[in-house]
Amino acid sequence: MSADWPLWEVFVRSRRGLSHTHAGSLHAPDAQMALRNARDLFTRRSEGVSLWVVPSVEITASSPDEKDPFFAPAADKPYRHPTFYEVPEGVRNL
Amino acid sequence: MSSVTTPPLSRRAGEGKDPAGSAPGGASPEEEAALQAAFDAAVAAEERIEPRDWMPDAYRATLVRQIAQHAHSEIIGMQPEANWITRAPSLRRKAILMAKVQDEAGHGLYLYGAAETLGTGREQLLDKLHTGRQKYSSIFNYPTLTWADVGAIGWLVDGAAITNQVPLCRCSYGPYARAMVRVCKEESFHQRQGYELLLALSRGTEAQHAMAQDAVDRWWWPSLMMFGPPDEESAHSARSMEWKIKRHSNDELRQRFVDICVPQAEALDLTLPDPDLRWNEQREHWDFGTIDWQEFRDVLAGNGPCNEQRLHQRRAAHEDGAWVREAAAAHAAKQAARATPPDPAPGAADTKTPPLPAEQAPQSRPPEHAPQPRADESAQRGVEHSS
Repeated sequence: MSADWPLWEVFVRSRRGLSHTHAGSLHAPDAQMALRNARDLFTRRSEGVSLWVVPSVEITASSPDEKDPFFAPAADKPYRHPTFYEVPEGVRNL
Repeated sequence: MSSVTTPPLSRRAGEGKDPAGSAPGGASPEEEAALQAAFDAAVAAEERIEPRDWMPDAYRATLVRQIAQHAHSEIIGMQPEANWITRAPSLRRKAILMAKVQDEAGHGLYLYGAAETLGTGREQLLDKLHTGRQKYSSIFNYPTLTWADVGAIGWLVDGAAITNQVPLCRCSYGPYARAMVRVCKEESFHQRQGYELLLALSRGTEAQHAMAQDAVDRWWWPSLMMFGPPDEESAHSARSMEWKIKRHSNDELRQRFVDICVPQAEALDLTLPDPDLRWNEQREHWDFGTIDWQEFRDVLAGNGPCNEQRLHQRRAAHEDGAWVREAAAAHAAKQAARATPPDPAPGAADTKTPPLPAEQAPQSRPPEHAPQPRADESAQRGVEHSS
């Protein structure tokens, strides 16, 4: 039964030169079927040139509960952005 | 590094509520209020709610109900049109219709996937459909009597669906909104092929024109019912709009659809079956006649022309397909056992080696021809020899 089939996350590379992007998920009994199902489900109109399928249980994610503290170290470092710095009028190519 | 063991992007079928989900056990009223406030603020700021965010129970339940009903509609919606695939009048029309019915299956799967991110399993959803505990759109309980019905469904039924679905692309729940973007992109072909089909009939012989008109006569009113009951009777509308699941009221969308259809019908040289249809200068909208809501309620209650047939066929397809699902699971188990005797994690090896095309499945070639011999090859051979 499909309930026993594991869930897979599908990533599609839409064309060469671009990264794979998460497209959605599907159930399949194994990796082969997951790939074939992904092709039928997410690339019926040539939306991809390459597919990845990843067992959903294999993904480790940051916790939404901690999202603020987890990403906080970046928040107070505006000097990491070029717009932080003042450049005199007329100075070019900087 | 914070890590979780629950799947982050979608949930496993049958898994219970995410610990980070609504009503965490033992949350104090103050914590609950803070979570609610954060949720309200996110919705108000047009941010999207994602699967593992906290959300009110009622929001989750509303989404499950709506997305499941939507998914079921796509799946049941395959039936009335599939009915005509073998009788399509040309190879071109047959190929188009097959592609369309395939799309409906795909849309159903996108939507089931979105529903599953809310913590409900695929099997549960199908079971609720099969036992009539979750609904599908009442429109699919009408029969497709002639080939022209395929055109009328594309133009009117898919047209109404698009009118409903375009605003859903901005729904506050991320996975639903993303599924709708995909669906809407594909749906416009559905509408156009239907319109083109009707145009061909309308410009054909007198009998063909009459067939097109008859189909439009039968599908027009049920299509208007697809937008749901009038605003004052719509049980869930107000709250769904507050939550930004819904962006426009039923009546608003219905009016938009009528306004779109009137000139399209003219171009088809077909009449919409409503004597009260007239342009209202003041409103700058088309006025239209009264919808027979009793018929709507009857069909919804299970007394439409095809309710029984649709559900019966769905259940039969599911039951008749059981052996395919079982065979696929058995095949997967066998492949996993062959590939990973020393590895206790089932399926893990599949992700470590490049997948083989199914044409080169191990049983169809000698093991030494394996494109990438593995360290455990001898173990693999042992298994093959013993089987």
